[in-house]
Amino acid sequence: MAFPARAARFDLDVGPALRAAILGVGFLVAAVALLGLIGLVLTQTETGFTWAGYAQQIVSGLAQGAIFASLALALVLIYRATDVLNFAQGEMATFTTFIAWSLMNHMSYWPAFALTLVIAFVGGAAIERIIIRPVEHRPEIVIVIVTIGLLIALNGLSGWIWNPEIKAFDTPFSQGTTEIGGVVISYQDLGVLGVCLATVVLLWAFFRFTTLGLVMRAVANSQDASRLLGVRVGWMLALGWGLAAVLGAVAGMMAAPTLFLDPNLMLVVLIYSFAAAVLGGIDSPVGAVVGGLILGVLINILGTYVDFIGGELRLPAALVVLLLVLLVRPQGLFGHKVVRRV
Amino acid sequence: MPLLELKDVHARYGPIRALHGVSLTVNEGEVVALLGANGAGKTTTLRSISSMTRTSGDIVFDGRRIARRSPEYAARLGIAHVPEGRGLFPELTVWENLRMGAVGPGRGAQLEEEATRVVGYFPWIDRRRDQPAATLSGGEQQMLALGRALVSRPRLLMLDEPSLGLAPTIVRELFAIVHRLNEEEGLTVLVVEQNATIALDVASRAYVLEVGRVAVEGTSDELQRHEGVRKSYLGY
Amino acid sequence: MRRNLGRAIGPALFVLGAVVVALLPRFMGEFRLLQFTLVAVYVIALLGLNILTGYSGQISLGHGAFVGVGAYVTALLSLGRPGLELLQLDPPSWLPLGDGMTPIFTIPIAALVTGVLGLLIGIPALRLGGISLALATLALAVSFPILMKRYAEVTGGGGGINLNLPETPFGWDISTRHWLYYEAWVTAGILFILAWLLVRGRIGRAWRAIRDGEVAATSSGVNPALYKTFAFGVSAAYAGAAGALFAIEIAYVNPDTFPVALSILLLASAVIGGLGSLAGAVFGALLYEFLPIYSQEPPVGSFDFADQATPVVFGVFLIVIMLLLPGGVVSGIRRLWAFLVGALARRPSRQRA
Repeated sequence: MAFPARAARFDLDVGPALRAAILGVGFLVAAVALLGLIGLVLTQTETGFTWAGYAQQIVSGLAQGAIFASLALALVLIYRATDVLNFAQGEMATFTTFIAWSLMNHMSYWPAFALTLVIAFVGGAAIERIIIRPVEHRPEIVIVIVTIGLLIALNGLSGWIWNPEIKAFDTPFSQGTTEIGGVVISYQDLGVLGVCLATVVLLWAFFRFTTLGLVMRAVANSQDASRLLGVRVGWMLALGWGLAAVLGAVAGMMAAPTLFLDPNLMLVVLIYSFAAAVLGGIDSPVGAVVGGLILGVLINILGTYVDFIGGELRLPAALVVLLLVLLVRPQGLFGHKVVRRV
Repeated sequence: MPLLELKDVHARYGPIRALHGVSLTVNEGEVVALLGANGAGKTTTLRSISSMTRTSGDIVFDGRRIARRSPEYAARLGIAHVPEGRGLFPELTVWENLRMGAVGPGRGAQLEEEATRVVGYFPWIDRRRDQPAATLSGGEQQMLALGRALVSRPRLLMLDEPSLGLAPTIVRELFAIVHRLNEEEGLTVLVVEQNATIALDVASRAYVLEVGRVAVEGTSDELQRHEGVRKSYLGY
Repeated sequence: MRRNLGRAIGPALFVLGAVVVALLPRFMGEFRLLQFTLVAVYVIALLGLNILTGYSGQISLGHGAFVGVGAYVTALLSLGRPGLELLQLDPPSWLPLGDGMTPIFTIPIAALVTGVLGLLIGIPALRLGGISLALATLALAVSFPILMKRYAEVTGGGGGINLNLPETPFGWDISTRHWLYYEAWVTAGILFILAWLLVRGRIGRAWRAIRDGEVAATSSGVNPALYKTFAFGVSAAYAGAAGALFAIEIAYVNPDTFPVALSILLLASAVIGGLGSLAGAVFGALLYEFLPIYSQEPPVGSFDFADQATPVVFGVFLIVIMLLLPGGVVSGIRRLWAFLVGALARRPSRQRA
């Protein structure tokens, strides 16, 4: 593997953690400023616009975006580790959500939630070992088609085992609302945001602070170099798929109360998550989370305030974003440019 | 019994044959050099030992057959292979790269002491712990790769073209460290080099590969006096 | 001698297939006839997808959208403005809808419209490779039903458009079903031959060169942009023709007939049938039409929702094929054939020894 040795060195007094924090704060400031600007424009163009209502839409958008972010992160995790875009990520999430539904008929919410995560982990790892492993070294198109096959099969399997009728799904958060600074926020939204972000943060901590997480990051960087150090790369990949499946399960269980449970639950969310992952940069975990949140807010604002889009054209709007990013800046906000090796 | 033995190893890349029956041995505590021109098969030999190429023939390490197993297997038995291009993890920091050295053979627990020992050989590492490995200079990367390989206390260290792309002073420094490691810790080294002069200075024995075969073998002294070797590889 | 035999197999099989198709209606009732008519429609659609993905190497998850466009074009044109107004639809005045035309003539127009659309989409598609293209075309497939529902004043929205039932031309004395059957298969046959000519000629070779290595192809003087865009256009035109025929057969179009599942299952069928070989389209079409039916009977065990078994079988087939036989059914048959021929060829030499 050709290794880009750079002669320049970073002579920084500031550690990388502090640098990241500064960037993060800067980004937040920019985001708030932008949202404020949009709000100002809307005060002129929309009748009946209230800042409180606007803030509400932003919070709802964030909650929705958190779900996109979770699934997008799952997609990016797998993409970074195995160079595969897992088209079946959504269906895997739906399937595990159905499992959760069955479990919740026999036990209370949080134990069922935890058990589902364990099952999702095992299932994801198993899928990698059994189905993806044999085709890992084949051309891209083959692996894509295998994940599409998985998508089709899981979608049918969900409907077959649990019947395709729409079901209600429990939520652990109370149905009321609370008021913060005149803005009405639902506990559901807050809960979803909290759970998704907590999952993401836990995952980040895992990768940053544990040895296993380090090994997985190394494998994503270079499988060959990892092998030479004695790392069992195959098991690390399975682990990656397992973790991604856990993220998907969280996304599914957070989305199901609002979107209702049926085999197609995550199909639409998957499309939004693709858009979010591409927006953020398909090989950037930070990008996936940021992209998800941005997309959630953007779609909500567009849907609420732009009549043309309204409630029906939200998905096409997200797809327009996807197409624009692919055409104008394929590496997204945080991703790396892909160099064509001759 | 030699630590490493290759018996009549053939290797190919698809339809192209790269090694045509290479046999060599490395005894414990030795530094053995593998010399030859570009394309002679030196790198392929190391890759064969690490099971990264298709081979036929026997490769025995510490009494175990390791041919056609896997790179992970060889690494876990104690073979540290520093490949051409160094095989660092560009996005991980210097310290994280070092830590990865301890992971394979399961030495995670002793990481701190091993790492401290390695930092003794490369003191600058301590100052640059959090730097991404991609931002290091060529020489520093090579030393980091070497350090990482040492963290796991390997039975056999295999270096592929360590001098490639480095300034002569750095190369001398590097080989001085290898020599020290061999003398002080009894580290067994198999080093592939195009720079025959410096390799023969440090090695006790050497093999010269030409077109996938062993053309000449012997002690460093013998090779340094060998007319063919002198003319083709040592330049005098 | 053997080489000429090998070359003759393709056309021989085609003629054999034509004979079978011509004689089939004698042995079946009206419903079966409709099923086999639809097989012809799917053959056309899959030929297009095969050209795009199998020959020029561009993966598309949006083929169903083009089929839908073709279907709607036929629906609108065959009814014409007066017909649409009867259905209380209100298409904008700038749309060149005539007064209604014989359905069969809408087929080439539908193909033309979708072909141009394909060309237009093929241009930005050049900037996307592999996975990005798959995502972008998936976006198309997902958007299509949504857009059709949104612009209900043209498309009839969720309720769709009912076409007039087709009439047998010239007052021939065969049932409408029979007429539609032959109309579909003749169209399929013509388009098959056209595809065959394209693929075996210079264009086909350029496509294959691009599929196997774009950079290498460029250095051999092939302009990938040109050929890739052309492939998109051709493939879309085929899809449009298929959609047009579909609308004529079923005499009804509505957005839910062309969901994203259609695009996905079409790709699955093309892959299982065999990409990179036109015959694969035939197997894929048979699979697409008949698998749903046979995977539901016999009903398995105590599961009630057997119609959900179809996607499971499809998905499992797809995975298994990719694992074991990536060239699809066609490659399986080829291998079997080669094995048999090899086995036959070996016998004389054994006798000699």
